[in-house]
Amino acid sequence: MMDQAVTLDGGFADPVFNAQSAFRIIMDAMARPGHVLAIPAYATPPVPLSAIAGTVACTLLDVDTPFWLDQALAANPALQAWLTFHTGARAAATPVEAHFALVGDPTSMPSLERFALGSHNYPDQSTTLILQVGSLDGGVPLTFAGPGIKGRKTIAPQGLPAGFTAQWHDNGKRFPCGVDLILTSADAIACLPRTARLVETES
Amino acid sequence: MSLDIIPLPRRDRMAILARSNGGRLRDLWSTLGLDPAYKSVRGPESGLVMLRGRVGGTGEAFNVGEATITRASIKLEDGSIGHAMALGRDVEKARLSAVIDALCQDTAMAARIDAALIAPIKSELDAADEERRQETAATRVDFFTMVRGEDQ
Amino acid sequence: MYVAVKGGEAAIDNAHRLLADRRRGDRSVPALTLEQIAGQLALGVDRVMSEGSLYDRRLAALAIKQARGDMIEAIFLLRAYRTTLPRFGHSEPIDTGAMLVERRISACYKDLPGGQLLGPTFDYTHRLLDEELDGDPTIEAGDKRTDPQEPVTRIADILGAEGLIEEDETAFGEPGDITQTPVEFPLSRAMRLQSLSRGDEGFLLALGYSTQRGYARSHPFAGEIRIGEVEVEIFMPELGFAVPVGRVQLTECQMVNQFKGSAKAPPQFTRGYGLVFGQSERKVMAMALCDRALRAEELGEDIVAPAQDQEFVLSHCDNVQATGFVEHLKLPHYVDFQSELGLVRTMRAEHDQVANDVAFEAKEAAE
Repeated sequence: MMDQAVTLDGGFADPVFNAQSAFRIIMDAMARPGHVLAIPAYATPPVPLSAIAGTVACTLLDVDTPFWLDQALAANPALQAWLTFHTGARAAATPVEAHFALVGDPTSMPSLERFALGSHNYPDQSTTLILQVGSLDGGVPLTFAGPGIKGRKTIAPQGLPAGFTAQWHDNGKRFPCGVDLILTSADAIACLPRTARLVETES
Repeated sequence: MSLDIIPLPRRDRMAILARSNGGRLRDLWSTLGLDPAYKSVRGPESGLVMLRGRVGGTGEAFNVGEATITRASIKLEDGSIGHAMALGRDVEKARLSAVIDALCQDTAMAARIDAALIAPIKSELDAADEERRQETAATRVDFFTMVRGEDQ
Repeated sequence: MYVAVKGGEAAIDNAHRLLADRRRGDRSVPALTLEQIAGQLALGVDRVMSEGSLYDRRLAALAIKQARGDMIEAIFLLRAYRTTLPRFGHSEPIDTGAMLVERRISACYKDLPGGQLLGPTFDYTHRLLDEELDGDPTIEAGDKRTDPQEPVTRIADILGAEGLIEEDETAFGEPGDITQTPVEFPLSRAMRLQSLSRGDEGFLLALGYSTQRGYARSHPFAGEIRIGEVEVEIFMPELGFAVPVGRVQLTECQMVNQFKGSAKAPPQFTRGYGLVFGQSERKVMAMALCDRALRAEELGEDIVAPAQDQEFVLSHCDNVQATGFVEHLKLPHYVDFQSELGLVRTMRAEHDQVANDVAFEAKEAAE
């Protein structure tokens, strides 16, 4: 019984208001690609899922959204049970079946085209990836343009997958299909929807 | 009846709690004089469940429509977790059922609760079913054949 | 085209206030309680639950009260309410064979295991208005009979023993859900049944009737109709087993149809199926007739009638959709209409001009 207790603790204390306030922040972050927005840690999931990634997951996942965990997160089976208990979502067998993918270690994750990309009739039926990155600054600067960005926006997250630049270019070429990313740090999020275009910087 | 010695299987107890009337459950609970400390793990919260039937009665599953449902999960101080889920929107019933489910993970406590609370509710529910059955049975057609005159 | 027009706000507020007043009616008459509606107008409540696609008697009773007895408005209210609640999951498929039967009849077999159980039916009433009910007469409780219990066997199991009736196909995998995914025709039978179960009783009744009158002849028998409560179970991953969560009342219909056989299937009895919330016998029979008609393609029958046309039946059986589209015509179409008015004026002027020209030429020719 004690084991079970440990795995099930840590959901939203106030499900409606926690989810509403986190959703508002995620929506704003998605509407303003590359902007880093602070977000409270409403959830305390089992390790190695971070509190922020857990908060995002508890906000967005529900019974109709299968999720996929990368190897780093799948290492703790208690995490999958916790997510199912608090969100109702079931684990998907493969990345392409997942509506949401939670990635604990982006440096060794499958490439973006291995996830659901949506179809031309239903581009919304693609995977949204929630990545735990070390930090949202201090990494290699990436400059984006596109809807929701006034001029250009630079963000320098640490711990993105190798070859991210090329993968993101390819993702953009699939428009209106493609995946969307939610990058999470220890206290904030930044979003890269498929419409955010990587632009070459002068430097 | 061995109910006061061997506790019911957990699933059977949960089934009776789910079908119980919330007011009746609270009344019986108050006679037990229990007031355990607990904290919420999930809910109580009301939502929907999609009810499924089977095509043709026994074939593949299909979605018939939704029903309101309320669930609760709580944790006692000793770490025991209790779950409850019942059709309808009675939040207090769900919370109390989860507390009872958690308490009943202790065998002695389960025997006490089963005897004082679960058994009376079960016999009331069974009696109501039996009454329904008997009322329906009274509308059963007893066919008989009339003897026809021309065959004489 | 819609144009925002201001100025209606006060009128709308007052209209709502007047609606509330008219709904309450004569204040010297006691207000209806939800217990009265759920208890004494139970079949109306069942219809609202079934077509509102939400099983909750008290909410359906509230919807009927709020809608002043307008059933489609009440169904609309229930559909709107369901969108405000999270869905926790789905039940295990319900076993109607394990129903606590309150009524079960078969038109195929006189003596069948479990018997003909009439239950609380209108069938043998004389349809004469009962003046006694214009008051509160004392009503006796139902009679009781303590027979030894007999299992109420399904009609399909009886016919199935001879191999003369088609068997249900079991398939694995998730059934589609018309409330979650965009509808694309052709729909699976599972999704068609979901759509029919929440479909409008009147529409399905008319279509079912049309199949009896020769539009998609199907020669149906009411194989079995059963009404009663069944247990609902939900799998709880945190426990690792399915837990009973209470009971719902359902009405089920097995319509048995003679079938002469086709390239796709041998001569046998085929079946149409109906399953709806509450006690809704007419609806469930109509549903079963429509289900059978919609299986035309699967059974290799020619599609010649409206009831066999999936897109026609399923796109129009939802009364909330239908009322939304019909009633939207009440919305301001001022600009639309102005442009049509201009168009008709132009066409009329051209028409008159042509008529004048013809008359003029005729006159000239005559002179």
